[in-house]
Amino acid sequence: MGIDFEQVLGIHPKALQFRVQRSTVLASNLANVDTPNFKAKDTIFSFDHTLENIMSMQPTDNRHMALLGQSATGKTQYRIPNQQGTSGNTVELGVEQAAFSRNTLDFQTSVTFLNMKFKGLDRAINGR
Amino acid sequence: MSLSDIFTIAGSAATAQTIRLNTIASNMANAESAGTTAGDAYKARKPVFSLVFDDQLRSMDASSSSIGKVMVSEIMEIAASNEDRRYMPDHPLSDVDGYVFFPKVNMIGEMADMMSASRSYQSSVELMSTAKKMQQRLLALGQ
Repeated sequence: MGIDFEQVLGIHPKALQFRVQRSTVLASNLANVDTPNFKAKDTIFSFDHTLENIMSMQPTDNRHMALLGQSATGKTQYRIPNQQGTSGNTVELGVEQAAFSRNTLDFQTSVTFLNMKFKGLDRAINGR
Repeated sequence: MSLSDIFTIAGSAATAQTIRLNTIASNMANAESAGTTAGDAYKARKPVFSLVFDDQLRSMDASSSSIGKVMVSEIMEIAASNEDRRYMPDHPLSDVDGYVFFPKVNMIGEMADMMSASRSYQSSVELMSTAKKMQQRLLALGQ
């Protein structure tokens, strides 16, 4: 009986991938904090697609549409600013920095969860 | 792994802010570089930042087309105007009416701009160190 890593690790590798993607988008926002007319963006986790991946639904009728978004990465959308700036730039430094910090913490959470999974596997393999 | 993209993006921001700091230094150093005509006086330099999409970043996946680096697209030269001339008949550079043109440099504005630039620089360095930590954590996964 082999170990199905997909099943053991669950959503965490995808969450990790999403965190990396989001950190890049937030880094882009922070880099363009002084760029005129730059519109800040953020990535949201497309949860439906992820569920589809885990449950792996089978089409039972040929009229069923194919599943989209197999990579289960996020969807990037424009951020709605709290206040309008004068230069057409919608990056709010505090908001972006807070989002980036939180994203880093969430990344660490995913890493911790994955570490726990690997430790569990290790314990199961070694039997102690 | 697109964590390395963060280094590219933050690096471009740090470069742009360095150029901005350089123009500020130039403006402040030449705040008194006067001239007989508006064209002779030092022209204040202002960098214009713009968003640039990198094909290398875009090729990673479809959704990353929304991320971009920053670059200085041009450095505008702002010439002195009649508002910036001072009546100094004894000045060696004064014109026939006794006026000397001084550059359009607002020292307080430049100082504020300098603080903003150094803050933004700091923020991009912070970005890079955070990305480095994330990468290291990922490398130590399962150990």
